[in-house]
Order: sequence, then structure tokens, then C-alpha cells
Amino acid sequence: MRIELQNFTKRFGDTTVIEDMSLSVASGEMVALLGPSGCGKSTTLFAISGIHRIDGGTLHFGDRDVTALPPQDRPVGVVFQNYALYPHMSVAENIGFPLKVQKLSSSEIKRRVSEMADLVQIGNLLSRKPQQLSGGQQQRVALARALVRKPDVLLLDEPLANLDAKLRLEMRSEIRRLQRETGITAILVTHDQIEAMSMCDRIALMKDGNIEQISTPSEMYERPASRYVAGFLGNPPISFLQAEANGQLALGGGNALALPNGITATGPVTLGVRPEHFGPQHRGSSVAGRVSFIEPQGREDLIDVILPDDQRLRAIVPAGHDITLGQEISWQVDLDRVHLFDAEGARL
Amino acid sequence: MNTKGNWILILALSLISAPLVIMYGFQLIDSISRPAPGGIIPQEWELTNWRFLWTSIDSARPSIWRVTFNTFVFASSTALLVCAFSITAAYALSRLNFSARRFFLAGLIMLHAFPTITLIIAIFIVLQFLGLYDSLMGVILVKAALELPFGIWIMKGFYDSVPWEIEMAGVQDGASRFRVWRELILPQVKPGLSALLIFSFLAGWSEFILPLVLAPGADAQVLATYMNAVIADDTRPDYGLFKAIGMFYALPVIAVYLLFQKRLMNIYGGGTKG
Repeated sequence: MRIELQNFTKRFGDTTVIEDMSLSVASGEMVALLGPSGCGKSTTLFAISGIHRIDGGTLHFGDRDVTALPPQDRPVGVVFQNYALYPHMSVAENIGFPLKVQKLSSSEIKRRVSEMADLVQIGNLLSRKPQQLSGGQQQRVALARALVRKPDVLLLDEPLANLDAKLRLEMRSEIRRLQRETGITAILVTHDQIEAMSMCDRIALMKDGNIEQISTPSEMYERPASRYVAGFLGNPPISFLQAEANGQLALGGGNALALPNGITATGPVTLGVRPEHFGPQHRGSSVAGRVSFIEPQGREDLIDVILPDDQRLRAIVPAGHDITLGQEISWQVDLDRVHLFDAEGARL
Repeated sequence: MNTKGNWILILALSLISAPLVIMYGFQLIDSISRPAPGGIIPQEWELTNWRFLWTSIDSARPSIWRVTFNTFVFASSTALLVCAFSITAAYALSRLNFSARRFFLAGLIMLHAFPTITLIIAIFIVLQFLGLYDSLMGVILVKAALELPFGIWIMKGFYDSVPWEIEMAGVQDGASRFRVWRELILPQVKPGLSALLIFSFLAGWSEFILPLVLAPGADAQVLATYMNAVIADDTRPDYGLFKAIGMFYALPVIAVYLLFQKRLMNIYGGGTKG
């Protein structure tokens, strides 16, 4: 089911949290709303679920206008960050509650609950109470409850935030598997770029109540639309250098790079270099500096380089090098892969 | 901790609580014995002080069972009223956004601390106007109204500790707001509710001033006013009888405390677990 959010505006009292935002999600697609806390991603999610009233704009599921529908009537399943299981009910009662509300017969409820429980692999836990379950199991129950009435849309609000690292990995692929198997349209709210990149077809990166860029994870990583996007994605993060464009890129302290192909801008620009595109193993324009920090990571090392004008670059260098702290180096920047932004932070 | 320190502690605590224990002890002993005139040592064990249970102690007074029944009706009706209004009002104050919500909250705190006895004359006039003066019904309404601020405040605390997400999940699962409250939220505050029920029952059971002033007639007498009458009326007070009735009056309270200790602690512990 296609989701079409148009010119969405949300106010809390006098403060406008989101103004004029539009988002469309194709049927069967999984989209991440990614951004720092307070950027309005959860607000958007709950507006789609119906818990927050929409102050301006429209929302369509397919061809159906659901803008004014109360949450009870929207074909939406929600998984909350803390799972919000009903503590006094067993797992089976939790999953069956949406069906009980729909007044289905108890045999029908039982059948669909066990079918759902099998899908999320908790068929043996149906008589337990939520507090007898581990975090991952609670998460599965929450997923089952959200999916049991076969909604058109699945909304996930930071579903992995309360899990430990190992379970997070497991549930990441589990949620994606369920989404693919059921073919449901899904929106995932997260502040974790890895979650967004690994689980979703497209990412909508949000900032201050606006979508900064929406595209596939690789597109967003390879061609960030702004300095903000470039800085948000990537671990270890991208390094930014202030430069002056005048036929070449003057970095100060004697360093200069050739202008990347197709760039004609002049004046102050910001150069973004990801750590994997700088180092002795690359070919391209050289930058001279001094090694200021080495952080061994096993397969490769993270190396910080301080340039003569005190700007910093970071490099990922395969392990087994003989670089020492304080060494003067001149390494290459892969000019085909760097990003240039103008003074306002927009991509050049 | 070493054993010696233990013993010193136990000794100190025993000394401090000794007066209370002695008082309770003699309450019981005197009710089933006859001391020497002017002394405290029991001379003879007998049950004459408990005669009020099977005979009328004097012709003008209603039977003890009638009075006990009144007290029970008074206490349990008060408790039920307080609980019924508290669980709904507290939910509204905790979760719903309505105008004057802040005013109601501030009013609750003030009423909670208000010396209600200063209202007694106004209440008296209101009851007389309504024709509820000297009736059990009137005292029940007044007592319940005065207990409500406490009940609402306690229940609001319990509602506040229930995560919003449970409510949101319920609404998203298709249930109406009322159904969410009834089936999903109310079970989470049950510990608070049962504690409040017991608590307001005990408050009603031990209430003295309100029945004394607002329902002084024989028909609406409760145990507290009955005891008062026993000791006040006679030219030669019968302390043995008074203590026996006192014992009888206190027994249900002790039983309730013993049975429901854990649940009562909920009010002070606050909130649900798991």
C-alpha cells in the first residue's frame, strides 16, 4: 500500500515542529526516517499512525484519504521502542488483542495468533507473560501484535534501541525478513545510520523537521546532497576541510589539490574526504601533513593526519604498514570520490 | 551485625515500644477480667464485659450488631464511592487534556491538606437543607467527598507510572479510548486500587467526628459514636465494658492489616512492577 504524505505540518502549542513536509513511500517499500533526536522523525511516524493529529496537509494510503481518520480506523500496525506489551496479558492474549477488538470468534483468533507466532518464531512462548521474556522475544511479540490484523502499513519506532548489540544484529535481519515475507509497506524511525542503511530500501534523512535528502542508502553515501548528509552518514565520519577554489583547491599551509572533474566554482568551499579515500594506498593528488594519532582496528588502522594549517584528515590504512606517530607524510586523496560543498553546505 | 549489637538494638526498641504494648495488653486483659479495686492485677477471669454481644446493655441503646452493621455499611459505601470516583477522575487528570486541568490539580493538593473540620458547620447546613441530616446516607456522602482528594491523588500517581505507549498501542490495535482504559490501563493500577479500597474502608471504619455531629440519632449510630455514648452517658463509667467494646471495634482493623499488609504498602511504594 502506497503512503503519500503531502505538505504535512505539525504544531505543538505555539511551536511548529514540522512544516510543509512531503514523503511518499512506494507499496512494499521499507523507508527509514533517519535523524538526530528532536528532528521530528517520531512525530512524523505518529502522524501517519494517527496518534498525532495532522495540523496541515494530507495523508493517503493508496487512493484512500486517511487524514481525518482516528488511529483505530487506520490500517496501521505500530511497534514501539519499549514494545508496549500489555503486562497483565499472556503472549497469546497480547497478539490476539487487536483481533478480539474486531470481535472475531475465539477459534479464529486462536488460529491467527498461532500462525503469527510461528511467523515470528515464538510459537512455544504463547502462555508466558511479557516480563518472563527476553528483550528479543518481547520484540517478536510486539511485531506479531502489530502484524496480526494484517495492516497495510507497518510503523517501527526505534525498535532496536532497547536491545543489546548482539540481539540488535539478529533482529535487524529478522525485521527485514518479516517485512519482505509479508510484503508490507514499512517505515522505520531510527537515529542509527547503520540500522537505516542495512534495513531499508530508501532513507529519508531529516533535519529540523525537514527531509534533507531521500534516496537509496548507497546513493546517499556516494552522493550526499549536502554537507549535513555527508557528515551524518559514515563511520568513522567524513573529514571536512576548508578550501579556496581558484582553478585549483588551495588548502592553506602550501597544500593544494586539483579541482575534481566538472567543478567550476570559485571562492570558499568545503571539501569532504571520507577516510577510505585518503591514504598512501591511493592514487591522485597528494596532501602533506604529520601523523597525529593511530588507532589500530585489527584489519585496518585509523590514522589521523594534521595538516600544516591545523586542519585534520583521517585515513583508513590496511594493517601491516610501518607508519609511526609524528611521521611527516604526503598521501594521496582520491579526487573522483571527494565531495565539494558551497558555503551554505549544498553539494557542488 | 554481631549478636551483642543485635541484642542492644532489640532492647532499645522494646523499651521504646513498651508503653504501647502494655496499653494494648491491658486493653485485652481488662476486657476479660476484673481487677482489684484501685489495682491493675487481674483478680478473676470473666466475660461479663463482653455481655454487649448478646444482651442489650441498656434499653435506650440499639443492639451492638445493628451498630456494627451501620459501621460496615458506612465504611464500605465510603470506600466504594471513593474508589469509583478516584479511578475515573484520576485517569482524566493523568491523561486527558482539558481546560482547567491545572486548576483541578492545584485544588486537589489544597483540599488534601485542608483542615476539613472547619467545614463542618457549612456541611451541617447543606445536609439539613437536603434532608440528609441524621441519616447514614448523609455521612457517607460527606466522608466520601472528604476522602476523595487523597484517593484521586494516589490513583493519579499510579496512572502516571503506566507508560503512554501501552495506551497508544491499544488505540492503534483498534480499541476505543474507554476500552483501552477498562482493559489495558485499569489492570496496571489494580495494586493501587486495592490499597485505596482497604485504606478508605479503614478511614470510614474509624471515623468519629462526622457521625457524631452529622448523625447523632440512634438509627445511624456507628461503633465510634456508640463507644462515645457508653462512656459519656453513665454517671459511673464502666471502663471494663468500654475496653471490651474497644477491643471488638479494633479487631476488624487488626485483621485487615494482617491480611492486606502487602497491598497497603503499595500506596506508599507507589507504582506497578513489571
